Amino acid sequence: MKSRILMFIIAFVVWCILCWKPDTEHLIAGGVVSLIVAAVMGSMFVTRPHLMIHPVRVFYFLFWYVPVFLWELLKANFDVAYRVVHPDLPIKPGIVRLKTELKSDTGLTFLANSITLTPGTLTIDINKDAGILYIHWINVVGSDPATTFKEIGNRFEPILKKIFEENVVSK
Amino acid sequence: MIDIIGMIFIGVGIGFDVFGCIGLIRLPDVYNRLQAATKCVTLGTCSILFGTFLMAGGFTPTGFKALIAIVFLFLASPVAAHAVSRGAHRAGIKLWDKSVVDSYAEDKEGEA
Repeated sequence: MKSRILMFIIAFVVWCILCWKPDTEHLIAGGVVSLIVAAVMGSMFVTRPHLMIHPVRVFYFLFWYVPVFLWELLKANFDVAYRVVHPDLPIKPGIVRLKTELKSDTGLTFLANSITLTPGTLTIDINKDAGILYIHWINVVGSDPATTFKEIGNRFEPILKKIFEENVVSK
Repeated sequence: MIDIIGMIFIGVGIGFDVFGCIGLIRLPDVYNRLQAATKCVTLGTCSILFGTFLMAGGFTPTGFKALIAIVFLFLASPVAAHAVSRGAHRAGIKLWDKSVVDSYAEDKEGEA
């Protein structure tokens, strides 16, 4: 139920932004649409909505994850641009495993998306039960777990663990 | 002034989009091409949208829509890349000849 309410609020806010500035007609239509969306999709949205309004987690997300992510994204772009325009095409691709300790759906989604948008890596599949991500790596340094964790997972996993995992931040 | 900054953002974005397109043509297989397509095109397009946001005068109707589009693009683009690459691998598309390692195929053989 909490998940549905959160979904309704987010859908409504997005609606209001999309038809800025909202007047009465837009607000009524938005309310109806958001109700339908929340009723149909709400149960799939987040499994533990109380985590999303936890101030410490929001703070970590905005002031730690987002800057690190943007910086890595910028680096990723220059990395790909360099590899693409280099005459010899300096790539050494392969698919490696990355073991992760994240358990929650949202955390895994964010980890996978972050990995996709960071230098030279692209998430192909997730094995949630075993906690393994399969990652296509454009420049394979080594395929053993320690190396992949040091080169790929280390950048985001500690941050996301603090944001999305239960019992890390004291309630 | 703000128009010039917006222009710079749009220019940088177009530049990254061009790199992404060159990558699509030059890189050897579907997975490497996705790398170029997701990274460069995501940031390039977001940069263009941010430039639009600045040039539309900040928090106006157009500017708000541009901002929302940035958020959706950041969420949707990696998911799309993941879906395409996973589908390609499941459909049996081989990696490039000079690829070093394919742990995913090893693990799938173990399952089957």
